[in-house]
Amino acid sequence: MLADTTAPGTEASTTASTGGPTTSSGRPPRSLFAGRPRPGEAVIRLVLRLAAGVAIVTTIGILIALLIPAIGFFREVPVVDFLFGDRWAPRFADASFGVIPLVTATAWTTAIALLVAVPLGLGAAILLSEYARPGLRKVLKPILEVLAGVPTVVYGFFALQFIQATVFREWLQLDTGAFSVLAAGLVMGIMIIPTIASISEDAMSAVPMSLRQGSAALGANRMQTSLRVVFPAALSGVMAAVVLGISRAVGETMIVAIAAGNQARIVTGPLEQGQTMTGFIASAALGDSRVGSLEYDTLYAVGLLLFAITLLVNFISIRLVRRFRQAY
Amino acid sequence: MSSSADSAPMHLRATQSGAVGPVVTRPVMRVEGVDVYYGDFRAVTDVNLEFGLNEITALIGPSGCGKSTLLRSLNRMNDLIDGARVEGEILFHGENIYGKGVDPIEVRRRIGMVFQKPNPFPKSIYDNIAYGPRVTGMRVDSMDDLVEESLTRAALWDEVKDKLKQSALGLSGGQQQRLCIARAISVRPDVILMDEPCASLDPIATMRIEDLMQELREQYTIVIVTHNMQQAARVADRTAFFTAQVSEGTGARTGVLVEYGTTAQIFEDPQDQRTEDYISGRFG
Ligand SMILES: Nc1ncnc2c1ncn2[C@@H]1O[C@H](COP(=O)(O)OP(=O)(O)OP(=O)(O)O)[C@@H](O)[C@H]1O
Ligand SMILES: [Mg+2]
Repeated sequence: MLADTTAPGTEASTTASTGGPTTSSGRPPRSLFAGRPRPGEAVIRLVLRLAAGVAIVTTIGILIALLIPAIGFFREVPVVDFLFGDRWAPRFADASFGVIPLVTATAWTTAIALLVAVPLGLGAAILLSEYARPGLRKVLKPILEVLAGVPTVVYGFFALQFIQATVFREWLQLDTGAFSVLAAGLVMGIMIIPTIASISEDAMSAVPMSLRQGSAALGANRMQTSLRVVFPAALSGVMAAVVLGISRAVGETMIVAIAAGNQARIVTGPLEQGQTMTGFIASAALGDSRVGSLEYDTLYAVGLLLFAITLLVNFISIRLVRRFRQAY
Repeated sequence: MSSSADSAPMHLRATQSGAVGPVVTRPVMRVEGVDVYYGDFRAVTDVNLEFGLNEITALIGPSGCGKSTLLRSLNRMNDLIDGARVEGEILFHGENIYGKGVDPIEVRRRIGMVFQKPNPFPKSIYDNIAYGPRVTGMRVDSMDDLVEESLTRAALWDEVKDKLKQSALGLSGGQQQRLCIARAISVRPDVILMDEPCASLDPIATMRIEDLMQELREQYTIVIVTHNMQQAARVADRTAFFTAQVSEGTGARTGVLVEYGTTAQIFEDPQDQRTEDYISGRFG
């Protein structure tokens, strides 16, 4: 369609610019619309499509795998009872499926982790991108990478043995049991720092130098330039970093399974123990629930909720970024 | 256009105004024996210059001769470049801006800069202007008035007064550059440095900026780097011609100040052969 309407004009200009029916090399002019065969490009396009396809198919597959057992679950337990019930006891004789206790534990560990990871991660990012001389960068970056490479089970034991047992109970003599959402949350926060730091550092480093120069030329100091020009200009990348941090905190399993606790009770304070959604899934999946049993389906209902929460966080953040974005 | 200099020999204006004599009578800045280095590389050597109140000084010369380097050292913008170093003295109202205890932030507030490529912040037009006064803690009775005043002086107010809350990035290139000039004057500097401010603009936008410079000259000291010889001739009271000198031993190219004088003298009666070759287009 497009080709039909534009072709005559284009042909005219081609001949005009080459000054005749032949090109400077003596060959007849090639029509602009006759695609030169580019086999390499076709292959690349195919590979890229396949890669995208795999991602989409996997996501859909996960969703279906979650949905089918979850539907089975919700046939027996009303959605309202699940979402708003405050007693979680799926294995008891008088079973109860109120998910609120798990949600409160997840909320506590996530909030604590973010309180640690967002300020420290963003601070590290600003330090790396705006302040650090090459020498300091050379030291800091590998430290962050090591932090990112520590297996979560190590973090889990660090939280349980060192933070909870030694620091909280022995040194600080805090009134807390063997587990706490605080210990798990703190360590989870440390685990997330590199994620937030490195993505937001990328975003801030990508802000053009000319903006920093413009700010400096007006008499702004480095801190003002970082916080008032670079940071807002990098906001969409920073938000993406924080959202990824939230997703990781909500989804983190090993640390909370080890250090947060294993009793599903509503958590009202940071020194209490609590079982998170992921903690429940991990412990239940290790157990011996029969495939197709209600207990088994419970896993998927919680998994689906987790999936929905992550999706919601992403959705909200996309809206926020659109709203506050400062494109440069 | 207020400037009729396009056709008339350009230096006439300078002589007509009568303000510009062979010596700078009211110097605001003085460059004394300045060398600028990037690490071991000496980019500019032994520059001596004066910039007078209500005068526009143009720095001209072939690419790579160190005009931008020198300009950046006039308000310590080269502090932001790793390895950049200035030797000699740059006096601002008699005080060495590289002296001990001098605050580079304060230097930059008093000596503003406009860059080659317009670099508005990705903020609203209003916030672009208000940024400088805010970060420097300037005491302002009414920010709205200051924004209006700055934009008016930069000849942009009428075009943007109805969209102050919109992003500055929605403006055209010429408007963005005038916004950057408005931003520079919002903190009430004494000196404005401009590094090829019209390089990315079309002739009409260029003329507007040139007119604007003429107006700003009433209140400020302006130093402009330009590759456009007609522009230097049109706007500048004084002109300094630089070139790159190749060292015989190492082959390193170092910028030197060849000649400095009133624009009329430089363009009509250059004393140095290199200046003559350059302005007559035989070189560069
Ligand atoms: N940040 C830097 N680091 C190292 N060397 C630099 C830097 N900036 C400029 N130089 C060098 O200093 C010399 C002078 O450069 P400068 O940019 O000042 O020239 P210029 O006269 O402004 O040129 P142009 O007219 O092309 O803008 C050049 O040799 C350049 O390579
Ligand atoms: Mg330059």
